[in-house]
Amino acid sequence: MLPVALASATKLIGLIMHSVKEYVALMEVHSEVAPEKVVETLNMFVGKIYQRPPLRSSVKRTLRVREIYDIEILEIEGRHVLFRIRCQSGTYIRKLCHDVGLLLGVEAHMRELRRTATAHLREDFNLVTLHEVSEALYLWRNYKDDTLLRKVILPAEFIVAHLPKIVIKDTAVDAIAHGAQLAVPGIVKLHEGISRGDTVAIMTLKGELVAIGKAEMSSEEMLSSDKGVAARIVRVFMEPGVYPRAWKKSKSTTAEKG
Amino acid sequence: MSDLVRRGFDFITQLDRIGGVNRQWITRIDNEVTDPKYGSIPWERPIDEYIKKGLIVLDKPPGPTSHEVVAWIKKMIGIEKAGHGGTLEPSPVVWGWAGRSEGYGCAASSSSQRH
Repeated sequence: MLPVALASATKLIGLIMHSVKEYVALMEVHSEVAPEKVVETLNMFVGKIYQRPPLRSSVKRTLRVREIYDIEILEIEGRHVLFRIRCQSGTYIRKLCHDVGLLLGVEAHMRELRRTATAHLREDFNLVTLHEVSEALYLWRNYKDDTLLRKVILPAEFIVAHLPKIVIKDTAVDAIAHGAQLAVPGIVKLHEGISRGDTVAIMTLKGELVAIGKAEMSSEEMLSSDKGVAARIVRVFMEPGVYPRAWKKSKSTTAEKG
Repeated sequence: MSDLVRRGFDFITQLDRIGGVNRQWITRIDNEVTDPKYGSIPWERPIDEYIKKGLIVLDKPPGPTSHEVVAWIKKMIGIEKAGHGGTLEPSPVVWGWAGRSEGYGCAASSSSQRH
């Protein structure tokens, strides 16, 4: 699976592209090894590992540390080992298979790889093929029917679905769309358990993403305060002018980067 | 709760479910309403806007690179910009986002796309 963000959703994809990845990989060992030995060796890779990016890679080839959160062996049949792995972004599974082979002493390589999740976006949630995209576009363009297109494409809000959320008043929306900070009086409701410094999604009452912010207060402080900056805006998603302009004072146009 | 607020909150709850967010909600202002004149529930955006603020969870075919697949999607849909969540093959391309009116543009993107 590959999450593809369209047009203005592109600016959100950076929020998940460096997060946890999950794959199902098929590894082939080059001669028969006891399955217990394979299991034992693969499990040695759980935790922090050193990895040098392979020759064909997009990053500098220096030794770096990657974390493997979990490896689950799904099936072993002869020389073929099928396993599910959850790891830090930037882990090369091909390299991992090669390194497993070195430890086994029989060499191994990766035969097939399928990504099953990027952050919270899993392949069992609305996975579509290029053919389905093409068919949906055809129906929309030629028969003015957008039903399928609205199923194939999801609202960009799903990219930030994993974040704690703050829902704001209509009158607070446009100031933020213009780059203002989120002030406490604009908050209608919020998730509990937000701490200072947490990344939060700031939403309208209709569920539209307005901006991504960094909390300047905890949930309790946001609830008990009457004024003050609740969140500093990191990235604005909503374009100005969608909601009416309700603020009076002139404000700074300096964009804050959190 | 007005119908629009309820439907908006249904959507937010759906996001929480997909995002694996298991937090309780705290209300600060009761009975706040939203004006139907402005914006829309994300599922109900006008189709052009719906596409531009869209996400495709693609079942990538094994042959082409992520970069190539994204290029096809852009061409198919007729949009200039798209980005993907991490490559499945080596690809030096980092997708930028266009400058925003308030200066959230290149300066911001160059520092935060890679770290």
